[in-house]
Amino acid sequence: MSMSESASTPATSGPASQEGFSPTQQERDELRRHGILLTSLEELYNWGRSNSVWPLNFGLACCAIEMIAASMARFDIARFGSEVFRPSPRQADLLIVSGTVTKKMAPQVIRLWNQMPEPKYCIAMGACAISGGPFKQGYNVLKGIDRYLPVDIYIPGCPPRPEALLHGLMQLQAQIRGQKLTGPDRPRHLRADTGCAYPVPEFGAHDLEPPANPEVWQAPSLPRSG
Amino acid sequence: MTSPAAPSSFPSGLPSSPGAHVRAVHDDFHGDLLEVSMGPHHPSTHGVFRMIVTLDGERIVRLKPVFGYLHRNHEKLGEQTTYLASMPYTDRLDYLNSMTNNWAYAIAVEKLAGQAVPERAEYVRVILAELTRLLNHTCLAGFLLQDTGCSGTPLMYAFREREKILDLFESLSGSRMMCNFQRFGGCRLDPTPEWLAAVRQLVDGYGRFLDEFEALISGNEIVMARTQGTGVLTPALAISAGVTGPMLRATGVDYDLRKVDGYGVYPRFEFRVPLGAHGDTYDRYMIRILEMRESIQILRQALRDLPAGPILDPKAKNRGFRPKPGEAYGRIEGPKGEIGFYLISDGSPNPFRYRVRPPSFVNLTILEDMCLGQTVADAVIILGSIDIVLGEVDR
Amino acid sequence: MESLEQIRERLLARFPDAALTVIANPGPAGQPSLLVGSPHAASIAAFLRDDPALRLDYCSNVTGVDWPDREVVETIKRTVPPPPPAAPADPSAPPVTPKVIEEKVKRHIPGYFEVVYHLYSMALKHGPVILRTRTADRTDPASLPSLTPIWRACEFQEREVYDLFGIRFTGHPDLRRILMWDEFKDYPMRKDYVEPDDYEWEPTPHGAVLDKARRHYPAPPESR
Ligand code: SF4
Repeated sequence: MSMSESASTPATSGPASQEGFSPTQQERDELRRHGILLTSLEELYNWGRSNSVWPLNFGLACCAIEMIAASMARFDIARFGSEVFRPSPRQADLLIVSGTVTKKMAPQVIRLWNQMPEPKYCIAMGACAISGGPFKQGYNVLKGIDRYLPVDIYIPGCPPRPEALLHGLMQLQAQIRGQKLTGPDRPRHLRADTGCAYPVPEFGAHDLEPPANPEVWQAPSLPRSG
Repeated sequence: MTSPAAPSSFPSGLPSSPGAHVRAVHDDFHGDLLEVSMGPHHPSTHGVFRMIVTLDGERIVRLKPVFGYLHRNHEKLGEQTTYLASMPYTDRLDYLNSMTNNWAYAIAVEKLAGQAVPERAEYVRVILAELTRLLNHTCLAGFLLQDTGCSGTPLMYAFREREKILDLFESLSGSRMMCNFQRFGGCRLDPTPEWLAAVRQLVDGYGRFLDEFEALISGNEIVMARTQGTGVLTPALAISAGVTGPMLRATGVDYDLRKVDGYGVYPRFEFRVPLGAHGDTYDRYMIRILEMRESIQILRQALRDLPAGPILDPKAKNRGFRPKPGEAYGRIEGPKGEIGFYLISDGSPNPFRYRVRPPSFVNLTILEDMCLGQTVADAVIILGSIDIVLGEVDR
Repeated sequence: MESLEQIRERLLARFPDAALTVIANPGPAGQPSLLVGSPHAASIAAFLRDDPALRLDYCSNVTGVDWPDREVVETIKRTVPPPPPAAPADPSAPPVTPKVIEEKVKRHIPGYFEVVYHLYSMALKHGPVILRTRTADRTDPASLPSLTPIWRACEFQEREVYDLFGIRFTGHPDLRRILMWDEFKDYPMRKDYVEPDDYEWEPTPHGAVLDKARRHYPAPPESR
């Protein structure tokens, strides 16, 4: 947290606190150190959400074992409020895509994502979920779940260590804490113009149809032509 | 737990004709059958396995497994890369047991090329394989109890021990799960005396962990009520269906490749092969506990007798490896059963055909036979007791 | 255990009109195999399972292999007889040695599909005996007899061979795709399978990956 930073700044400085009633984050933190809780609805809301991110109990491949390890005694994901692995997507906030997404599995993953209520987040855990990883050249391997879903956090590794998953979770928490309730850059679940369901690809004769969702993913161009 | 649809025995070893039992039920059937699709996202299916279960009330009258949700094209990739480059892929087959997968692949390639292995490497391989067996069986016991509804606690105990073994693997090979440790003609690195001392310490403490675990679980009334008499597998059917490993031995068939093939230096060790009597879920659980106790004995002997010497045959060629044309099938007793690799070489740096014989895929053949007439909740623990890992089932 | 030659002799005595060939294994593994003609495959398999001296009750591994058409260039040594002497033989001339010439002969081996079964005995603890069955060529639909009625272990493995190689097993009780989805049309483990071109950008493409990527993406705008 930002305790150490705020300790060095004087609490009553800054013009903002004198005119309206909008103390800065540093000032709030300093007040909190003295036992006075000043907060905004946005902060309270994000604080609550970020500390109770419930992941979907959903494992795909090798990375899932490390995800389980992260929830076990040594790594103890409960320290971050995420030990409640929900078997049902209806109760989950976070989809950890932990492993290789095959083309046969991809429609089910997207269906699970569609069944999760907003606000929801997606972590791509491991090389496979990011890009296909070591199995990239396989005919049945989806080359990254971000072809169909919006991914919030990418955790590289094969498999990422449980510590890496915890770090990814903390990054996600920081991201949640920074979300705005109002304004043009408010997140997906607070906007009326975006849906939370993504199209599910169909099984085709040779490949998934379509092979990617153009709204989330465009093929990058090759940086090296030589 | 009997019902009209209970699996018949197969005295001749002939397979049942799939569908026969369904007709038997339909004949005097008055209600609606309910078809349930369990998986590929289901907390009890150990990954992305799926079964389509037809239920008559709560009894299973038909069960069709659906595979392929983790089909990562392992065999095709194996044909597109060199022999050595397939070694890290074998880690990801059965991702709990990378060391034994490595060994099975190394044995197949060594057969293909006629490559000798130094004695020290053979001992180190035994040590690593038995540690892997401890790891796998411990995790299995945890997962199996999780499936019986014993949520969390046994799995916590199991993963506590798993972490200790993974620490050893990590300090030896650099990676917790994906060790990529064996080479054709030996191992990649030589274990240090400190590492061996750490193994000795773990082995000495493991019996105590098993005692603790067993005191909690093995005599537990609920566990016994849930597992005894469910999912009975007969020896004749098990043999015909190619079931191997602890699953087979739980039915009472004495077939352990460590004894039968005597690969590596296993003939030098004294150990027993535990056998079950009933072939039910409880036997399958108990066999694994007993096997762990034997593994501890093997580990003690291997650590005691570990000779000095090179860890990798100096003449072994791993990079730019091109075996002569020919073919070989090499197999070892993995923690889940017979894991084998079948390789055909045409003299090029890539195998012409690279095939994995996955134990848990073949063991799933009799899932339907074991589940017929049981309740849905029992199907979950029967599946758990087969000990599948989807990376290997679907490859 | 008997050698494969002995097993073949006994099988021929029992099934006189069966086509049985021992395929030698040139590698150091020393695992020769027995090529069985498909009409007799099932009865031979049943014999191997039930024969008291063999009791191969355990079929461990079922593999499909795709052998594409091959051109083999073989070097054949041929002895050319010396040309008949045109002039009456001169007794003092050295005797004409026959000439040895090396010829390169191109031989076309038509492709075929093969299924390999690794059999062991759990009762007598021996093995392996390796059975092979072959199709005549690579035309679709390729079909071979199923050994699932003999060994239940073949059930899923033969389905897998069907799925990935497209070999239809006659007599299989439940032949459906197992790993790929039902709508899938190709047989991906065949050597001539072309995978969908869905390659993505990689930071350091090289070799085959670069070629695939080039084909897939428009060339980047000139930026040098
Ligand atoms: S990234 Fe590596 S460890 Fe994770 S699922 Fe893929 S292969 Fe397995």
